[in-house]
Amino acid sequence: MTEQGSTPTQNHTRFAIKLGLIAVSMFVFAVGVMPPLYDVICEITGLNGKTSNEAVSAETAVVQEDRVITVQFLAKADPGMPWDFKPNVRSIKIHPGEIKLVDYHVRNRESVAIVGQAIPSVSPSNATAYFKKTECFCFTQQALEGGASMDMPLIFYVDPDLPKNVSTITLSYTLFNITDRVAQDPAALATAQ
Amino acid sequence: MSEHALDHHHDDHAHHGPAKGIKRWLFATNHKDIGAMYLWFSFIMFLTGGALAMLIRAELMYPGLQLVDPNFFNQLTTTHGLIMVFGAVMPAFVGLANYMIPLMLGAPDMALPRLNNWSFWLLPAAFSMLIIAIIKSFLGIADAPNFGWTFYAPLSTKFGPASTDFFIFSVHMMGISSIMGAVNVIVTIFNLRAPGMTLMKMPLFVWTWLITAFLLIAVMPVLAGVVTMMLTDRHFGTSFFDAAGGGDPVLFQHVFWFFGHPEVYIMILPAFGIVSAIIPTFARKPLFGYASMVYATASIAFLSFVVWAHHMFTVGLPLAGNLFYMYMTMLIAVPTGVKVFNWVATMWRGAMTFEVPMLFSIAFVILFTIGGFSGLMLAITPVDQQYHDTYFVVAHFHYVLVSGAIFSIIAGVYYWLPKWTGRMYNEFWAKFHFWNSLLSVNLLFFPMHFVGLAGMPRRYSDYALQFADFNWWISIGGFWFGVSQLILLGILIQVCFRKKGAPVSDQVWEGAEGLEWTLPSPAPYHTFSTPPIVK
Repeated sequence: MTEQGSTPTQNHTRFAIKLGLIAVSMFVFAVGVMPPLYDVICEITGLNGKTSNEAVSAETAVVQEDRVITVQFLAKADPGMPWDFKPNVRSIKIHPGEIKLVDYHVRNRESVAIVGQAIPSVSPSNATAYFKKTECFCFTQQALEGGASMDMPLIFYVDPDLPKNVSTITLSYTLFNITDRVAQDPAALATAQ
Repeated sequence: MSEHALDHHHDDHAHHGPAKGIKRWLFATNHKDIGAMYLWFSFIMFLTGGALAMLIRAELMYPGLQLVDPNFFNQLTTTHGLIMVFGAVMPAFVGLANYMIPLMLGAPDMALPRLNNWSFWLLPAAFSMLIIAIIKSFLGIADAPNFGWTFYAPLSTKFGPASTDFFIFSVHMMGISSIMGAVNVIVTIFNLRAPGMTLMKMPLFVWTWLITAFLLIAVMPVLAGVVTMMLTDRHFGTSFFDAAGGGDPVLFQHVFWFFGHPEVYIMILPAFGIVSAIIPTFARKPLFGYASMVYATASIAFLSFVVWAHHMFTVGLPLAGNLFYMYMTMLIAVPTGVKVFNWVATMWRGAMTFEVPMLFSIAFVILFTIGGFSGLMLAITPVDQQYHDTYFVVAHFHYVLVSGAIFSIIAGVYYWLPKWTGRMYNEFWAKFHFWNSLLSVNLLFFPMHFVGLAGMPRRYSDYALQFADFNWWISIGGFWFGVSQLILLGILIQVCFRKKGAPVSDQVWEGAEGLEWTLPSPAPYHTFSTPPIVK
């Protein structure tokens, strides 16, 4: 095909390469920027209900005796996870600032050792940032020998700054089987056990 | 469009003609050859995806399970969606762009002909992988992708069948193809316009395609990114979308719809361009509000990047997010309304005649508007909680895609076919095709609104008994629409291969304006080797 005299092929190629670079940068944006950006936004806003993975030190906060919050506990084992998993209480009523301990009971139905990881999710999402854990089994991986069972503690309080319109908080845990992941990394297995 | 001078009217064929045999197509660099291949490819995909839809409607004709098991049903809907979106609608628009943009701009060819060849030939490779997967499943060898065309994680990552990896590779290939096609369109439009063809003199089809091409370059890499993350989640131990490893499945939906919503406009903006070419021709009036059409298209494209979460109203967004995406989505109705009113104003007091391209364009305006209105209903967050994932959604996007995008493509094919082939299609059969398509498409999709509002969920191979009567009628409409498209196949075979049909003049349509109508009919193999002067 003949080109027009005023626009040599090289012009086309250079322009096409520039457009190609836009495409490449959009790919990098999708894979390299969007996931961490999403994590940051979720951390700031509590959007996906994921509570902080760091233990907070129990502040000697003032307990708001005049306000009662219902905290509901949900626990679910992932389909690939052969553990029974349930909280020892379904729900409790607490005052903001009050520190509470709740145990979760797990039992390994299999005869081999399995490593699990619990992932939290808080609803409504605007309560996420105010749900503070001083200790949680979800901070670490949990290992159970075949047939064994145990109680796993969660110690938490609700920050008194919790938005006024929130009266019920639901904390949901999903327990995942991560034995295969850990098996690839013996050091992590040692820490877990 | 303004006056134009055209040299070389008669001695175009003095240049070398097309290569002989299969090489002409395999090594094609001529924009008309590649455009024709794109169009035929998309028509074959349209019939293939349509055949899958016939199976879907046959299963849904009666309650209970008759023909296919639920898993295969899901594979049918998945493959139907992927083939229709990426194999039928998008390549058809790229084919029209390849064929028409150089003719409309007075350019000798696309700017990057070899790239053009490659972007076409990636498509048969990509789609044969999807089609082989569904054939293997039909023969009982291995499951095809069964997670819907939106392939949400973890359904597609953790629970996807082995063929998911072929699906991923296939999406990569079609993505590369689309990006290269878009690059080609942009370079052509910026570098190869004839002298005097300023941006604001370009036909609206070129404008809408320019904006579409930018959308493609911006979001097809995001689609490639999301399937790449799926691939690494499935095989390389990452956890982008896996909560167990610290990821989040909802992230998948954000990234997917960040691609997915602009994708919706990629499939409709060129349609706006086509009907904006056809309606003025048969109303014998210039397009009303040309500049506002350009700005409206650009606004729609811009807004498409800030509305993606309206597909996700039920995942649990914060109130502020729901409100933001609801208002932004409703805002899109403004530029879209500008367009619809402009088309109507173009027809107003025009000397209208109702040739087949015009019939399809008028049907487009009305039916696309119906699809737009159901979109507005879906945009209202509180009611979307009810409509989400029901047949109301299915009705909505089929109104905008079938009686919207596909009607516009058919209109464009009838409009430019005489220019491509030099022969007029059979008017009777074309009108027969139109009326059958119009009636059947409404019988097919309109009752879906009702069953959707009554709560019939989508993506299931069975339904509650109270939906039985409507579904029977919907299936009848489906078969009727499917068979009607074979009329189009017959018309195209007559005109393109059997060379039947009355010869047409260069002008073809009395009211048509634009550079393409200054060329002989059929348009010679090489056109505008010397650029025309646009005044």
